[in-house]
Amino acid sequence: MLSRSAGSKPEPGLADMSSPIVKLVAQRIALGIILLLAVSVLIFAGTQILPGDVAQAILGQSATPESLANLREQLGLNDPAYIRYFRWLGGILTGDLGTAMSSGQDIATSIKGRLWNTLFLAFWAAVVAVPLAIILGLIAVRYRNGWVDKLISGLALASTSFPEFFVGYVLVFFFAVQHQWFPAISTVYDGMPFGERIQAIALPAAALTLVVLAHMMRMTRAAILNVMQSAYVETAELKGLSAFAVIRRHAFPNAIAPIINVVMLNLAYLIVGVVVVEVIFVYPGMGQYLVDHVTKRDVPVVQAVGLIFAAVYISLNIIADIAAIVANPRLRHPK
Amino acid sequence: MADKQPKPGQPKPGQPRSGVLLDIRNLRIEATVYPPGEAPKNIVLVHDVSLTLEKGKVLGLIGESGAGKSTIGLSSMGYGRGGVRITGGEVILNGRDILKGGNEGFRKLRGREVCYVAQSAAAAFNPAHRLMDQVVEAALLHGTATRAEAEKRAVALFKKLSLPNPESIGERFPHQVSGGQLQRVMTAMALCSEPDLIVFDEPTTALDVTTQIDVLAAIKDAIRDTHVAALYITHDLAVVAQVSDEIMVLRHGRLVEWGGTRQIIKEPRQEYTNALVSVHEIEHQEQKPGTSPFLSVKNITAAYGRSHIKVLKNVSVDIFPGQTLAVVGESGSGKSTLARAITGLLPPEQGTVTFDGRPLANRLADRPKEDLRQLQMIYQMADVAMNPRQTVGTIIGRPLEFYFGMRGRERDKRVAELLDKIEMGKGYIDRYPAELSGGQKQRVCIARSLAAKPKLIICDEVTSALDPLVAHGILELLLGLQKEENVAYLFITHDLATVKSIADSIAVMYRGEVVRYGAKSTVLTPPFDAYTDLLLSSVPEMEIGWLEKAIKGRRMASAGN
Repeated sequence: MLSRSAGSKPEPGLADMSSPIVKLVAQRIALGIILLLAVSVLIFAGTQILPGDVAQAILGQSATPESLANLREQLGLNDPAYIRYFRWLGGILTGDLGTAMSSGQDIATSIKGRLWNTLFLAFWAAVVAVPLAIILGLIAVRYRNGWVDKLISGLALASTSFPEFFVGYVLVFFFAVQHQWFPAISTVYDGMPFGERIQAIALPAAALTLVVLAHMMRMTRAAILNVMQSAYVETAELKGLSAFAVIRRHAFPNAIAPIINVVMLNLAYLIVGVVVVEVIFVYPGMGQYLVDHVTKRDVPVVQAVGLIFAAVYISLNIIADIAAIVANPRLRHPK
Repeated sequence: MADKQPKPGQPKPGQPRSGVLLDIRNLRIEATVYPPGEAPKNIVLVHDVSLTLEKGKVLGLIGESGAGKSTIGLSSMGYGRGGVRITGGEVILNGRDILKGGNEGFRKLRGREVCYVAQSAAAAFNPAHRLMDQVVEAALLHGTATRAEAEKRAVALFKKLSLPNPESIGERFPHQVSGGQLQRVMTAMALCSEPDLIVFDEPTTALDVTTQIDVLAAIKDAIRDTHVAALYITHDLAVVAQVSDEIMVLRHGRLVEWGGTRQIIKEPRQEYTNALVSVHEIEHQEQKPGTSPFLSVKNITAAYGRSHIKVLKNVSVDIFPGQTLAVVGESGSGKSTLARAITGLLPPEQGTVTFDGRPLANRLADRPKEDLRQLQMIYQMADVAMNPRQTVGTIIGRPLEFYFGMRGRERDKRVAELLDKIEMGKGYIDRYPAELSGGQKQRVCIARSLAAKPKLIICDEVTSALDPLVAHGILELLLGLQKEENVAYLFITHDLATVKSIADSIAVMYRGEVVRYGAKSTVLTPPFDAYTDLLLSSVPEMEIGWLEKAIKGRRMASAGN
């Protein structure tokens, strides 16, 4: 009912409406880039502080001092740190993430498939988790303080409170061992048909959904409840709208900014925080890859993965910021 | 369309009093309160109130805050704000008791048979949706019109309510429209679904007087032309006298008096009504300005942030010891900004503030403690100007410690003296602000500012949030304290009656400029400039027909609506 009527005239001030938004969005993006550069410095510095020598790690304990010195020279390890940083950064900007020490493979090539796998899993977990969390939040507000609200909150909090590995193994026990509906190990390979792929990731996606659900649900509930005190909600009630229509049409649009924020934080978690779940289900994603190479002390891989995770985190938060700006009618339609 | 469908419960032939639209019988409304540290208890908000309203008539509900006006008004929609419950009586609308219909029944009548116009339209419109979508929402929900029909009707109503650009104003968002306009759009929203009854809940209280008069006239015309009945809730008798056929006076949830508008304002039968009706002007003889002002504002220009819009333009005023300068004007005229410039909260771009013959530092941070002590402030919202976790003793004692280093018994003695001065007594020393009434809270704020022994107290709309009788007490207290302590006031207000009661000199502000300035008698004596004339003629008078006369006699249209 509140959709735009057809054939409405262009509103006054349409021409200049974009300027404050464009400025704010540009500011956010610029901030994000600066932040990402700062993170890259931290990652680089962090790996420099770690004990151990790359040349030693490559050649092993039996290497002669001469061969160590040669390799250091060859890898540019004798250059000052800032030169090595810029060389590393320059490589990343041109798509060269370096070479893994442990396997000698090109990191960019091996990450590509893994990143795609992780995004695939995160995407389907989000497709289930985000709408479910928001709908549950709306229902909790509708029946606030009643048994429905308490049941939703209780179950969601319980599923979040259990550690991921526990949730994962419980799912495996029921759905893979007892009923054998889904595989316990999420093997995927190139050229796997879509249906099989979905079946393979069903359990890890379910585990992730259960883990992130409560946070988004509780935040949706709190944000809408906050708005429910407003005079315009009373106006809507006094128009005779049903309780659910009041929440959906009048409360929810004004609570959207905090909800987007928490959704984005959880999406970021789905991508960068899936390490445990990927390990449980032996899923060939970024998390697995990172864990493998941390144990092998493969510094270039850890740096590259860390930077990618940081980029994902920062970009999703920028998107959340921008969405919150665009959702604000005062900014979209200045006076 | 609405007219053709018989509404549920339309009075059947032969039913008694067929002209009656709303018949409330022995209404009892209760709420549960949860006092801190005590068991929850039931309080009765409305005791056994009955009223009837005929079709097309306007009944004014009047009383101070807590009288139960809004509670009774909302009961006609079966609505209880914040856990308020209707526990007894009948609310008969169009011949049926709506309290028997349950939630489903309430939803069907809200927005269809009864609509609501809230005090603050700015808060009552959803900021996320365009005005038109909100205006036609109830009509579409209840199926009384198609979207095209409802929009057409809305545009016609916008025209009737003299809104600018009636064709396109619906495309705007609430924040793009001024407060006075929003109040009229809200009236259009209530009229759009062609209800039988509209509940107006203080629809003009939040507006400037110059805007109020236009909105009031628009509402009155709309009621007359659409033949809708109305419950008009307000605390301002002069306003309600302009629009009502009958007036009901309420106090503490009980009926005091109910009669025709003329009878209530001309021949009130009850003592309380008489107290409300009689004019409470305090006779205040203006003092001649002294030889030299102790505080002098010279050519101040100020803006917020790096904005090019000057909020103060070349403002100059003088304040004399022990006297009151009243600053009047509508919202946005720069009254409070002037106070901020004097106190250093907003350093002016140009101009100086001279105090005792020497210039004051522009910025608050650059002023010595002694200068801070000499200028104190009291605010409109006393309850948010005090820390709710501190007792009255701590609140008043703080400036004593801060400026004079008083401690222990010495401080407590002084706090007790100050409490005596504000006519509250030392029994209040351990109370928390939440335990005080609105008037008492403001008195504590006055005591706190007096504790610093200042030369000037800036009073920013200090009586605006109070009921008239309570405000009257505060003004008398301020006048008495001025005599005792020889303190000067810079009294900011939009209420001209208050100005007459307290001022020695007056500055009229309009869009950041002082348009008229001088001794009270000079400023309030004709010939007036156009703006002062508008301001003075917009103050409602308790006289039937004043509204039409005032609108006719205006020389200048008000700007802010």
